[in-house]
Formats: sequence, structure tokens, C-alpha cells
Amino acid sequence: MTSDAVIAARDLGLTFQTNDGPVHALKDVNLQIARGDFVSFIGPSGCGKTTFLRVVAGLEEPTAGQITVNGMSPDEARRARAYGYVFQAAGLFPWRTIAGNVKLPLEIMGFTRAEQEKRVKKVLQLVDLEGFERKFPWQLSGGMQQRASIARALAFDADILLMDEPFGALDEIVRDHLNEQLLKLWARTGKTIAFVTHSIPEAVYLSTKIVVMSPRPGRIHDVIESPLPRERPLDIRDTPEFLEVAHRVREGLRAGHAYEG
Amino acid sequence: MSWLLFAMLFWVVALWVNIRLANSSLSETRAVKLAVPVIFGVTVLVVWEGVVRGLEVPPVILPPPSAIAVKFATSLPILWEDFVQTFIKGTLTGYILGCGSAVAVAIAIDRSDFLQRGLLPVGNFIAALPIIGTAPIMVMWFGFDWQSKAAVVVAMVFFPMLVNTVQGLAASEAMQRDLMKTYSASYWQTLLKLRLPAAMPFIFNGLKISTTLALIGAIVAEFFGSPIRGMGFRISTEVGRLALDMVWAEIAVAAIAGSVFYGAVALIEKGVTFWHPSQRG
Ligand SMILES: Nc1ncnc2c1ncn2[C@@H]1O[C@H](COP(=O)(O)OP(=O)(O)OP(=O)(O)O)[C@@H](O)[C@H]1O
Ligand SMILES: [Mg+2]
Repeated sequence: MTSDAVIAARDLGLTFQTNDGPVHALKDVNLQIARGDFVSFIGPSGCGKTTFLRVVAGLEEPTAGQITVNGMSPDEARRARAYGYVFQAAGLFPWRTIAGNVKLPLEIMGFTRAEQEKRVKKVLQLVDLEGFERKFPWQLSGGMQQRASIARALAFDADILLMDEPFGALDEIVRDHLNEQLLKLWARTGKTIAFVTHSIPEAVYLSTKIVVMSPRPGRIHDVIESPLPRERPLDIRDTPEFLEVAHRVREGLRAGHAYEG
Repeated sequence: MSWLLFAMLFWVVALWVNIRLANSSLSETRAVKLAVPVIFGVTVLVVWEGVVRGLEVPPVILPPPSAIAVKFATSLPILWEDFVQTFIKGTLTGYILGCGSAVAVAIAIDRSDFLQRGLLPVGNFIAALPIIGTAPIMVMWFGFDWQSKAAVVVAMVFFPMLVNTVQGLAASEAMQRDLMKTYSASYWQTLLKLRLPAAMPFIFNGLKISTTLALIGAIVAEFFGSPIRGMGFRISTEVGRLALDMVWAEIAVAAIAGSVFYGAVALIEKGVTFWHPSQRG
């Protein structure tokens, strides 16, 4: 385990005990994520992507191996407010305005009133939602809600961002736009991002590192370091380098499936 | 006979007007939405009046609405005294105490699965006790005055309120609770910022059910002993004297008080749970 790894998993395993017997959601997972990495997790449904993120977040206890976040246990890291978590659904509180939702973590963490206002303004600007502060979540489109939930995760300025298929339910055009914004945000803030997706182009476009997973038991099949530059305009997706990486990911996914059969 | 004819005619005309109004292009306007039930209510009164007079129904069986209205207008001081005794003192006190303590108990047992499983059946048992059994006991315990009526009301509203609140506290989604956990929110922070707001639709459901239960409880409890005032006391004594117009006047007070009570709670609900899909409209 190198010391500059923000997230380090060693021989990590998690077995759920269910009525139909044990489910090996994760098995022998070894992974290092360095500061400033943008890591995508891709793999078929049920291969443990969400479970891995939840273990990192301290929402789930591993049953084997070790994991450290910023050199601490996930629980300690959670209490140190090390990460912001973006769930697959926006999960905004309908009784709070957009500004109120973004303020929620700030209230809980005891920021001053003035500081809360300042940060809400800043992060809503970051996700292009100025002017919607007083709207309620149900008055916004799905894409806007998801952006608000990202703003909420950014508000307290954690170093790590854990994102579980944040754009899964959105159409391609909105998704492209949000991908671009997310990359800009990442470049500007230098955060470490762990990002779950089902889309190969999305994974390749966003990531410095792509983790290909395979199911039953959930394990890491391949880790691909992206040769693409950090500066990425949308049309980088038509370059041979991009297609090459996408091809490798696809091969990895296919092999992971064959392995299973 | 002419009374009967008049009543039938009025009925037919009113029915025709209401059907026309409901199907007209104006049917969505505020005025029409108000007019339709008003016309309906007036029709019921007119038909009642016409039938009672036309068939010469004895007032002991059913007095005409006009006689009830006259009695109402001439008995205002008594009706007011009864209203204060039964509604303000008995019903409202019991309602506030019962609903308040039910919410408090629901929160207190929230963290203990053991208490929840133990207390809910006990509460269920108490709620199943018939009021005609508990009311005399409450009178023995708390005396003849409104305190014993409030106690009956507490016993009646406590359980529905407890069940609704317990259910409401479990209504937040797992993802929302996980979100609070990622912020390392404390138990009380999660309760105040997530679980109580999410429980509000359930809590108001209980509050609305309880308005009706509370009023019934307070009135019926007076049948088992009370000072010489109160809506239940008045109803039982005036029935004995065959003064049915006074009984109906008290019923009118109860109906108005009950509707206003329910409406007020529903109005507050609209303000508090404006975000809920059933209220967004
Ligand atoms: N709380 C739980 N109890 C029992 N089994 C679980 C639980 N959570 C997840 N699992 C199982 O663990 C495995 C991995 O689930 P996980 O949600 O991590 O998959 P995923 O890769 O995120 O899938 P998807 O792409 O569909 O979101 C699945 O087989 C799932 O059924
Ligand atoms: Mg998942």
C-alpha cells in the first residue's frame, strides 16, 4: 500500500448473507486510487460496483480484507467528512428548496449562516443552476435535479467524490453536457473521483483509470490506465486513441462475461 | 299537500340547475364549485321542511329545519356554554394532550424495537376498549367535569396517532437515510431534518382522523355523568324531555364545530405538506 493512495483496497471481500445463501458481492478486490485520479467502474449489473462505493463510504462493512480512505478506516473518513456521495437518483428532499437541499450538509456540519450562503451560491453556479435557488425539486427536470444533487455533494468541499451512475437516467445530450461540466469541475478542483457507469464511451471520456469488473463473484477483471490527455474536448471521442481504449474496455467486459460462463 | 308538491318541485329544479352547472363551461370556476354544494344543501333543507310539514310529521320524530333554526337562534347563550364546556375544554384539551403525547411516545420508542413491538399491541388493546366502558371509569377517576371527558378523548386519539406517527417515522427512503449517514448526521439531526418532515403526511392523517374521534368521545362521555352543561349532557336530558328541536340544535353545533375543526387541521396540513404529491395540485 503506497501512502499517497487516497483509496486503497487489499484483498477486499464482501459476502451478503441472504435467505438464498451467501452472495459474493465482492471478492479479492485490490485497488489503489491516487489523489486527483478520475476512476470509472464499469461492468455488468450485479458485479459489485455499488457495493464497492458503499464500502468506501462506510455504508457497508467488508467481510474480508482491508480498505483505507485517506489512510483511515472508511468510518473514520466518513466522520472526517472526507467524501461527497452522489446517488443514482437525485434524492433531493421535496420539502426543501434547491438552495435548502444544497445547504443540508452544511447545516449538519455546523457551517455559519454566512458561510452556508456563500457556498450554496458558489456550487449552484458551478453546476449552472443560478436562479433556481427558490424552486422546489419537483419543479425541475431530472437533469437539473441531478445537477442539484451534485452541487449538494460538492458544497462541503470534500476531497473525494463518489458517484454511483449519476447520469444513468438522463438522455444522451444532457449527459454529454454534464460529462463536460464534470471534467471541468474535476480539472478546476483537483478532486479524486470514483464514478460508476454502464456506458463505455462515458467511462473512457471521463477517466484516467478504468476498472472493468465481472460478476459472481464480483471482482476486478482489468484496470486500464488511460493514455488520453487530461484536457478533453468532446470530439476527442472520435480519435483513434479514444477508440483504442474503448475497444480494450469492451474486450475486458466480454472476457469477464466468458470467464463467468 | 301543497308543501309536498313545493318540495318536489324545488328538488327537480335544483337538480336540473346543478346538472346544468356541473356540465357547463363554467364548471371549473370557483363560484360554481361553491354554488353546487350550496344548492345541494339548501335543497336538502327545503325538501326536509316540505316533507315534514306536508306529511305532518310530529316534531318529536323530526322537527322541521325552521323550528330548529328558531330554537338555535333563541338558545345561543346555552349553546355557547355547552360548546365551551364540551368542545373547547373537553375536546380540544384532550386532542392536544392525546396527539401530543402520542407523537412524543412514538419518538421515544423509535429507537427501541422492543418497545415498539411491546407498546403497539397494548395500544391496540386500549383502542379496542369500547368508549361506553372506559367513560364511566374516567368519570370515577377524574371527576364529573371536563377533565374526565378530556381523558376519554386522550384514550380515543392516542392509538391512531401513535400508529400513524410510528409508520411516518419509517417512511423516509433508505437512500435518504444513507445520505444523512454520509454526512455523519447525528440521530437527532436525522430525525429533525429528514424523518419528521417525511412523517408529516402520516402525522396529519392521524390528526385528521383524531378530530372526529375527539368530538365523538367528548360528547358521548358526557352521557355518563357531567355537570349541568355540555353538548352531550344537553342532548341526553333534552331527549328525555322530548325537546327534539334543542337536540337538533346541539347536533347542528356539533356538525359545524366538527367541520371547522377538521377543515382547520386540513388547512394547516396543506401548508406543512405542500411538497407531497397529494397536495401539490
Ligand atoms: N443489501 C444487500 N443484501 C443482499 N445482497 C445484496 C445487497 N446489496 C447488493 N447485493 C447483491 O450484491 C451483488 C452486487 O450488487 P451491486 O449493487 O453492488 O451491483 P452493481 O454492480 O452496482 O449493479 P448495477 O449495475 O445493477 O447497479 C448483487 O448480486 C446484489 O444482489
Ligand atoms: Mg449499482
